[in-house]
Amino acid sequence: MAVHTFESEHEATSTGLPNTKLAMWLFLASDCLLFGALISTYVLYRGSSLVGPYPADVFDIPYTSVSSFVLLASSLTMVLALAAIQRGEMGRMRVWLLATALLGMTFVGGQVYEFTTFYREGLTLSTNLFGTTFYVLTGFHGTHVGVGILMLLSLVAMSFTGRITPRDTMAVELVGLYWHFVDIVWILIFTVVYLIPTGK
Amino acid sequence: MATVSVRTEGARSGLLRRPTATTGFWSWITTVDHKRIGILYGITAFAFFVIGGIEALFIRLQLAQPNGKILSASTYNEFFTMHGVTMIFLVVMPLSAAFFNYFIPLQIGARDVAFPRLNAFTYWAFLAGGLFIYSGFFLGGAPNGGWFGYAPLSTVEPGNNMLFYSLGLLMTGIASTASAMNLAVTIINMRAPGMTMFRMPVFMWMGLVVQLLLAFAMPIITVGLFQMLFDRRFGTHFFDPAAGGDPVLWQHMFWLFGHPEVYILILPAMGIVSEVLPVFARKPLFGYQFVVFSGIAIGFIGFGVWAHHMFAVGLGPVANTAFGISTMIIAVPTGVKIFNWMGTLWKGDIRFTTPMLFAVAFIAQFVVGGLSGVTHAVVPADYQQTDTYYIVAHFHYVLFGGAIFGLFSGVYYWWPKVFGRMLDERIGKLHFWLMVIGFNLTFGPMHILGLQGMPRRIQTYPATLGLGVWNLVATIGAFIIATSVLIFLLNAIASFRRPKDATADPWDARTLEWSVSSPPPPYNFEEIPVVHSLDELWHRKYAEREGGLVVPVPAGGAGTDPPHGEGHGDGGHAIHLPGQSFFPFVAALGLPLIGYGVIFHLWMAVAGAVVLLVGVYGWAIEPASE
Amino acid sequence: MERADVREPAPPTPARGRTVRHPSPKEYVRIAVVLAVVTAMEVGIWYAEISRALLIPLLLIFAVIKFVLVVLWYMHLRFDSRTYARFFMIGLAGAVTLFLVVLLTFRAFSG
Repeated sequence: MAVHTFESEHEATSTGLPNTKLAMWLFLASDCLLFGALISTYVLYRGSSLVGPYPADVFDIPYTSVSSFVLLASSLTMVLALAAIQRGEMGRMRVWLLATALLGMTFVGGQVYEFTTFYREGLTLSTNLFGTTFYVLTGFHGTHVGVGILMLLSLVAMSFTGRITPRDTMAVELVGLYWHFVDIVWILIFTVVYLIPTGK
Repeated sequence: MATVSVRTEGARSGLLRRPTATTGFWSWITTVDHKRIGILYGITAFAFFVIGGIEALFIRLQLAQPNGKILSASTYNEFFTMHGVTMIFLVVMPLSAAFFNYFIPLQIGARDVAFPRLNAFTYWAFLAGGLFIYSGFFLGGAPNGGWFGYAPLSTVEPGNNMLFYSLGLLMTGIASTASAMNLAVTIINMRAPGMTMFRMPVFMWMGLVVQLLLAFAMPIITVGLFQMLFDRRFGTHFFDPAAGGDPVLWQHMFWLFGHPEVYILILPAMGIVSEVLPVFARKPLFGYQFVVFSGIAIGFIGFGVWAHHMFAVGLGPVANTAFGISTMIIAVPTGVKIFNWMGTLWKGDIRFTTPMLFAVAFIAQFVVGGLSGVTHAVVPADYQQTDTYYIVAHFHYVLFGGAIFGLFSGVYYWWPKVFGRMLDERIGKLHFWLMVIGFNLTFGPMHILGLQGMPRRIQTYPATLGLGVWNLVATIGAFIIATSVLIFLLNAIASFRRPKDATADPWDARTLEWSVSSPPPPYNFEEIPVVHSLDELWHRKYAEREGGLVVPVPAGGAGTDPPHGEGHGDGGHAIHLPGQSFFPFVAALGLPLIGYGVIFHLWMAVAGAVVLLVGVYGWAIEPASE
Repeated sequence: MERADVREPAPPTPARGRTVRHPSPKEYVRIAVVLAVVTAMEVGIWYAEISRALLIPLLLIFAVIKFVLVVLWYMHLRFDSRTYARFFMIGLAGAVTLFLVVLLTFRAFSG
């Protein structure tokens, strides 16, 4: 949804800030409450499952650590893509955008693999509160990543058709803001869901 | 002359040919003009108002006598639930959105909102959500778990009723959130030169506060609705005590949203009243900054009082005390506003036109509702009042006596601006007096019924309880309200049979929207105005002599009715307007498909997602204007 | 574009679109190294057998450090207009405060 209204970037606004970027920050601020609600639901119910499997039975910390590194790395490639278009280097921008999308896909692929593994070990949405809160929280996050990948690939495609030119740095910056937000949400999820051990 | 370049011929850069109709059906489907979208919001909301009102009449008929037999218990559940859902989500919110859409650009001196196509999308998404919820009546049962859908009733009951509730409200929630971003950015960023924040009309300030409340409250209910949906449809256990879950979590999610929502409903009406009173008292608003800051304070504190809806749940004495205190505190900024309005009227040169009458009634009735609200803040008293008709009386005084009266004030005030015709004043006053009488006759007795112990939401009651008399009075009142709405409808229809003869400024008003013709041209302002003061238009029309005597600025000064259309020769300039688009409509069409898919067959959800994607991509590829 | 002419010139805040100084790629990489090191430390102390009372605060501090680094550098809040930061802070502070209160009413931390 972020890529279509670059036009206002070129207009003078009352605050001097571009409309699109202001709207994106407002959206991210609003999304804080969305993930706040999901994460606190997880925290509320941690250790409240009546039957297994429990987190300690299924989590594979080395595996998820690699996933976390992948997503962090994608934030780096994302800012490099922005730096590239700001210098007018469209070729390099495409490379970094594609790299970001690929890293994102690796992350989501890893999540799909993780979900299937957990499912085989007997954890479904309805097994217990852990399954309920874990799948819905990480699923929401994964969906956000998926939307981000779509936007990244669209940027690359639009850069070939001429809808994204070296003047449209704002489009890349907006997608970047969204992408980094998804990354910082994962930083929290990784700590709260995976690393902090459950009481029981 | 000012040429309006909306589009160029043969534009083919998008998926579909750029729509260019300026009249007729497709012009409305593809419009991105904030004024047309405002009208769409208004008409839709009014249609839902009639439907929700009919539901209320059935409820009142059922309760008019002990042992009523008009509605079965299950139909009754659907009717009271849908009455609440309709009036809150499909009437007061979109009616406020109608005024914001129409008047935000006009009052801040802009040609449109920041994101015109997003604006169109929010309307279609809202309409889709509303129709989706109502389609439940034909597809196995409408929502029946109360407007706040308490778990576990809402998650364990068989039937798809509450799926229509959760999915439909998710759609209207998407609309509200997107609209909030759009309008907030518009107010912050699209102001005319010189229109500083503290030169904005109070209605704009209330608009900004409401958009921020929406932006921060909607995501919470979104999560709650998803959790309810997943519990009901996919077997999760968020609110399932049998698996260790806690239904109270739903109450938190709901009221974390639900209390800011109360201010989302009332602040627009407060903004309207703050516009209407100065115009008809012919005085500036008393204490403009106090009104603005108290509005902001209400917005902030409004997020800190949610648990007063849950005193009877058993949160413990600490939480109950804290939330009781915060609830009393929020009465302070609200009281500040009341005194400012009274100060505006004090020694004013008052004209009791219909909008003024509604505004004054708003103040009186809102005070009653506000005071009964303060009684809920007293925890032990609230234990007695919870879930009785006393609560019903309270929130109808706030939301009907307050919000709806304020909105009707706005309808009468701005009707000539929107449609170019005046509403008849005599019929308007008849509407007003019938509505005031009907309203107080309906909801006044409910205070007594509640204190006598009549619970909310019951389908009927035995004669021995002695509740029959006041219930009958309330029912009579409800039909008087219905008559008054009918009279309004006749007034509205009659206005369209008269010529479009409203002048630009029929009320001798103070704000910028009255400086352009009625109705305004598609581009709003031929020249973007340069603003020098609060109440800009007033200061263009009147000057203050020494000694405080106010005199009209002699003709030839800054006029009230700027020429529009012809007369500027060829040295004019092009006004660039955003082009019409099919895609917001297409994208919104995907939402109900996804909704039905989740309820019935998942392949429909996939089809809906494809439609949504086509809409979004068509939108992204298409330039905002050619 | 006509609108640009009639508006007063916007104040020359550091917010004006492309006049903002964004970090260089080198700085971006440096931040990435720090992020990677902190993540490695998180996983490291998770394996180290330290008491919960120490582990949990440490993990939370590390997460906050990473969060802040990404927001300030990669999302440019350190360099951009304060307005963005204010919006984001309202959302963030609101979320933290509201949900802490909710969890407290459930006595979620006393177990």
